[in-house]
Amino acid sequence: MLPVIVRRLGQTVLVLIGVSIIVFSLIHITPGDAVDVMFAGENVSVEQREAYRQQLGLDQPIVQQYFSYVAGALQGDLGTSIRRGTPVTEIIGSTIPATVELTLAALVVAIIIGVPVAIISALRQGSIWDRGGSVVALFGISMPSFWLGIMLILLLSITVSWFPASGRLGLEAGGLRQITGFLLIDAPLQGNWTALWSGLKHIALPALTLGAAITATLSRVLRSGLLEVKRQDYIDALRARGLHRPRVIRHMIRNALPAAVIVMGVRIGSLLGGAIVVEVVFGWPGLGRLVVDAIQNRDFPIVQGAVLVMALLFVAVNFLTDIIQAWLDPRIKLSGGASR
Amino acid sequence: MTWPRKLYRFFGSSPLVMTGLVLLVVFVVVGVFAPWIAPKDPHLQSLTERLQPPLSEGYPLGTDALGRDVLSRLIYGSRISLIVGFAAVLLSAVIGIIIGLVSGYVGGWVDSLFMRVVDAWLAFPFLLLAIAIVAVLGRGLNNIIIALVITGWVLYARLVRGETLSLREREFVLSARGLGTNPISIMFKHILPNCMAPILVVATLEIGVVIVTEASLSFLGLGVAGAEPSWGAMLADGRAYLTRAWWLATTPGLAIFAVVLAVNIVGDGLRDALDPRDESLRREEVTP
Repeated sequence: MLPVIVRRLGQTVLVLIGVSIIVFSLIHITPGDAVDVMFAGENVSVEQREAYRQQLGLDQPIVQQYFSYVAGALQGDLGTSIRRGTPVTEIIGSTIPATVELTLAALVVAIIIGVPVAIISALRQGSIWDRGGSVVALFGISMPSFWLGIMLILLLSITVSWFPASGRLGLEAGGLRQITGFLLIDAPLQGNWTALWSGLKHIALPALTLGAAITATLSRVLRSGLLEVKRQDYIDALRARGLHRPRVIRHMIRNALPAAVIVMGVRIGSLLGGAIVVEVVFGWPGLGRLVVDAIQNRDFPIVQGAVLVMALLFVAVNFLTDIIQAWLDPRIKLSGGASR
Repeated sequence: MTWPRKLYRFFGSSPLVMTGLVLLVVFVVVGVFAPWIAPKDPHLQSLTERLQPPLSEGYPLGTDALGRDVLSRLIYGSRISLIVGFAAVLLSAVIGIIIGLVSGYVGGWVDSLFMRVVDAWLAFPFLLLAIAIVAVLGRGLNNIIIALVITGWVLYARLVRGETLSLREREFVLSARGLGTNPISIMFKHILPNCMAPILVVATLEIGVVIVTEASLSFLGLGVAGAEPSWGAMLADGRAYLTRAWWLATTPGLAIFAVVLAVNIVGDGLRDALDPRDESLRREEVTP
């Protein structure tokens, strides 16, 4: 296990170097001068622009700029927001819990819906349930999430007001102190059940929207994994020994799981990407909405910082997935990281 | 059996795939012949007929907040999706194929270098990367296509490189090399034709991914600048009128959904026809 982790860690460091180069380059592929683009059409004097250039380090040679960017990033310094004047790290830090909470909730939705669907489809292969499941999965994969979100708002927030259409917490919850930043943890910690209920109602639709595509993927992958396992001799052997059906199914799941975990791990990254759109649809105060707002304000340091942080989260998730996968299935030797 | 024949046989036998294919053809025809098909000018405003519901007199799908005909705007909007979908997929495929062939065939440090670049690329949720690129380049059709190509080539490069690695040790390649054929002609005449099947599958599925990504960018206000109707932008506009005019957000979404569904059906069908084993020919992210 340890050699696996060490080798994977080495690959991760290489990837991170690449990531830092790409993120650093973003501000330099702007057509024209980055500061002029940021303040296009605004009344900002030449001297002020020059001051911003110095603040962003754009007056230095490019190689030196890169190294001071990386050195800063390693110390948690991602620069200062042009519009708000506060450190980028602080702004991003305050939005991360909301995004992580939403992503995890989407994952929970996927597991609650996807796993039973996969089991039923695999056990009754070719039945009406199985075929219905496939069609729903195809729909789930093809449905653009922003549209699904808007349709859910239209049906469940506007037509019948069961769920709130935007935000993370209702006014009825009163003041909730930040402890972990995760609302669904902070609320019960403070015994504020109104806030917990409100938080759950607020997260329901965004989590369902974000979880839809990954639910479909999970059920498809797990289904084909289960079908594969179902044909194995040892499953027949278990049946022949007269094991109860639920226990046989448990064995099947245990063996079909590793493949599903890899796919899910890769998709968590796509959840982070998808969260951008879903956060905008539902006014969810996370990292994704921060990026979009920063783009509209042309606040490049925030855009750069947020892209970097999202990529870091993505890389971390991929790393963890590989380790979990190696742990679940000792036969797998990790090689090549992301590339097959 | 060669792959074109397999395709021919397959499409004839599956009603679902046939339906998907017909939908796709309709989409292409509507996009290409939009000016002849659209009943009205998509830019024509009629402030006395704002927010007319579907099935109103003269407006089968109603009108928007400026009194423009939704149906005509949908028909014209398909052009952006069509252009972006095909241009981005084609360009990414060409770039990815060249890099993949060179990387896999030449091997050595060239291969290591390219693959490290690919790894770094794959560390970004691709929608995020596309958003960031459009943010710094600016809006507009060309910039969107550039952003989608910059995020899209990796997939083909990785695929073609993998295929090339196994093909380059096969007898027909070795003998061509023994005969002194130049490397470029080996890559393009001997190796490439043998990786076309998986490339075709990936490229088809990618059309759907790219169309949704363009719609997402437009939805976020990072789309094609100007007055040209695009499905994503129509959806974004419609969001503001959700309580008063449900059809404004519903119809463009339905159009995107139908096209992507058709692409996925055809793509899955192609995969089943060409390579029933390979489950991995799918981009990690399908609907952003």
